[in-house]
Amino acid sequence: MTVPTTETEKPTDRVLAPRIKERLQQFLAFGGLIIIFIIFTIASPDFLTFSNLTSLLFSTVVIGTLAIGVTFVIITAGIDLSLGTGMSLCAVMTGVFIVNWHLPLAVGVLLAILFGGLIGFINGFNVAVLKIPPFIATLAMMLVAAGLALVISQSTPIYFTKSPEFSNISTGNLIPGVNFPNAVFILAAVAIIAAVILNKTVLGRYTYSIGSNEEATVLSGINVRKWLIVIYTFAGLFTGLAGVMISARLGSAQPALGSGYELQAIAAVVIGGTSLFGGKGTIVGTVIGALVMSSLTNGLQVVSVPQEWQSVILGVVILAAVYTDNIRRREAKT
Amino acid sequence: MSNSNSPIDVIDKTAAVKLLEIKGISKSFPGVKALKDVSIDLSHGEILGLCGENGAGKSTMMKLLTGIYQADEGGQILVEGELIDVDGPREAQDLGINIIHQEFNLVPDLTVAQNIYLGREPKKFGGSLIDDRALNSQTGELLSRLDIPIDPRTYLRELSVARQQMVEIAKALSFDSRILVMDEPTAALTDSEVETLFTLVRNFVTDQTGVIYISHRMDEIKELTDRVSVLRDGEYVGTVDTAATPIREVIAMMVGREITSSVRPESREENARAVLEVQGLSTHTFLKDVSFDLREGEILGFAGLMGAGRTEVARALVGADHKSAGVIKIHGKEVTISNPADAVAAGVGYLSEDRKRYGLLLDQDVSANLALSSLGRFSSSIGMVNEKTIAEAAERQVASLRIKTPSIRQAAQNLSGGNQQKVVIGKWLTRDCDVLIFDEPTRGIDVGAKEEIYDLLEKLTAAGKSIIMISSELPEILRLSNRIAVMCEGRITSILTADEATPEVVMHYATLRQPERPGDVAESDLIDSESARKPNRNTEEDGGER
Repeated sequence: MTVPTTETEKPTDRVLAPRIKERLQQFLAFGGLIIIFIIFTIASPDFLTFSNLTSLLFSTVVIGTLAIGVTFVIITAGIDLSLGTGMSLCAVMTGVFIVNWHLPLAVGVLLAILFGGLIGFINGFNVAVLKIPPFIATLAMMLVAAGLALVISQSTPIYFTKSPEFSNISTGNLIPGVNFPNAVFILAAVAIIAAVILNKTVLGRYTYSIGSNEEATVLSGINVRKWLIVIYTFAGLFTGLAGVMISARLGSAQPALGSGYELQAIAAVVIGGTSLFGGKGTIVGTVIGALVMSSLTNGLQVVSVPQEWQSVILGVVILAAVYTDNIRRREAKT
Repeated sequence: MSNSNSPIDVIDKTAAVKLLEIKGISKSFPGVKALKDVSIDLSHGEILGLCGENGAGKSTMMKLLTGIYQADEGGQILVEGELIDVDGPREAQDLGINIIHQEFNLVPDLTVAQNIYLGREPKKFGGSLIDDRALNSQTGELLSRLDIPIDPRTYLRELSVARQQMVEIAKALSFDSRILVMDEPTAALTDSEVETLFTLVRNFVTDQTGVIYISHRMDEIKELTDRVSVLRDGEYVGTVDTAATPIREVIAMMVGREITSSVRPESREENARAVLEVQGLSTHTFLKDVSFDLREGEILGFAGLMGAGRTEVARALVGADHKSAGVIKIHGKEVTISNPADAVAAGVGYLSEDRKRYGLLLDQDVSANLALSSLGRFSSSIGMVNEKTIAEAAERQVASLRIKTPSIRQAAQNLSGGNQQKVVIGKWLTRDCDVLIFDEPTRGIDVGAKEEIYDLLEKLTAAGKSIIMISSELPEILRLSNRIAVMCEGRITSILTADEATPEVVMHYATLRQPERPGDVAESDLIDSESARKPNRNTEEDGGER
């Protein structure tokens, strides 16, 4: 190199530093997850057992699926509050398709997932075309979906008693003889697919670009309006899938179950290091975030902390997670 | 002189006690030494220019002075000969040091008065309520004293950028400032507003006060300041007397070499092919019947005062703003451009004047920025992005544009202004746009990097690209443009060839409120005369409206 060494040396560590910092929140979340595991393992011999870990993972599935979907929306600097009740509506629709309309199982499931996509499409249309702020647009959708779920189901659960194989989607065992639910495999597959799409496709690139600087993306000749609708629709598919998974797990479509899930999913995303201001975030982080949420809930139950206090502790953990993220950002700036 | 005692004493005192002395100050950041042993001083009643390229350390220096940063051990800051220790902006204000930042620190949703006295509102009822009446009358007095014609009750967001700047200055002057630091205060001002500002500054300066004036614009430094101090790479280069020093020398001090401006370009031959033709471009709000053509391999400069509508032409052209009428032809073929995606598809790329806001994904890396407009080309039919070809293309652009970055994985926000601009240019070159619209391509870029951008523009035209260059800096326009379109109040008042264009001629057309055509007095007359002149008006409108 003939260039002065000061110019060439300095940069190399500057390149590595931001990448490590970017991953740091995930490391922190992952470290937090390990700490949670250690604490509960010490506190109770019942925590680190195969059956408990299985049920822990099982309980991650619904939150995880919702969180993975909303990660895309949050990276665009958007938000989706209609996840929870949207999931209820999709669960009810699963019941309608399979139980009321007697559609074949696969068709019913597919339609239910697409129904989630429809909810996402409407959200995306409202945000991108009508220019309604995502918070308001999805808040409205939250109410609409909650109401429709009750109207369509006439406020009563729909039971899948006549199609027992439906439950296998969630509770069946892919590995014969081992009591390990399919739902966990589905979550893993969904996470991998989502990660590939976020990192390796045009859709993923535009998701980051829009969140990073929407106006610059528009002026770069990208049809942001179209892509926002695509992203919200895509995220909606996960809501649909979550609706299928939760009704398969319960063996029934519960019309009033979902509310509150949206906030847990968003919390998981935030714990995983995705910025609510957009432009930053990973699927791995979200999965870790979802695991933090579910292992806390699970562990606190195992050590018999009253439910009221579980909620308090969860709240504190979310604050702590976001606060460490803030410190990291401030340090990265100076 | 040496015989009489008392006069020497007086002279000695005034000479010894400077208004401000900064002695041997340094500032390190992790891995970088931003300032190395810099000393400058400011006398009473003086306007001191502070020059240096971006990254020379001017802003760091001023942040030390106003307590935003703390200096390394060893340096001293003296005000009126007294050693001071500034812990924060509040202390600096108490000491009478005020800074007007490049970026405004004003709240859009408060009124002018509320902004100026934010945190210092006059109170009533024992301090429990804000005394709005006193607040507004106090502000009214301040503004009229400064000769700024703004109502104190106006909300800030309703003001133009220039007027917001005036408010910012009024705010700084509302403190009992002894030392006023102005960091690029004229970036958003028109010439007449700059004059008003200069009057303000000159009025501010008394034998009790002084001004440090930071600017890239050498003509302003020349006009306003008494002395100029120059920084380069965090080091003090020297201080010269403004009146006695040619600008060229100051620039040479800044960049460490002398810059010779190249010869003026010639007009392209008249028969060069038109790449882009614009006819009757109008918007509902502002633009009126803008027509011009852009020839292959030329730079068409757009000159005019702030607010003449140059940026509006660019934005309407690329579909970022809505058009009310107008036909656009590219390579002789009429195209429909209703959003920037259409423009890019037609090969027209727009580089905004505000590259951070409209040009870059600041937190994304260089390669992501370079590939942003061309992802379609870099991906398979199912939308899988080919990371390897992106990296190769990015490396090529970095090399050919000589973008100074440690790697293509560096985030765009860590590059200097000039290199950020190159990344934006590279984005359009990756997309292979034929027509590039540069809006203020060198705004906020230091002198050395400006030269590089100029070279680049010339190379691009040599390679067959056609360029529209909007600039507020007339020397830049005159130096680079083959032809110059001059705008005033939403119209093109003249299109000049390089031979015809002198600063005087351009300014004449830039201030020509109405085009020199008969029958233009009323709006209705204008429409009549236009339709009379252009029988095919209707078809044009059909093509333009959507």
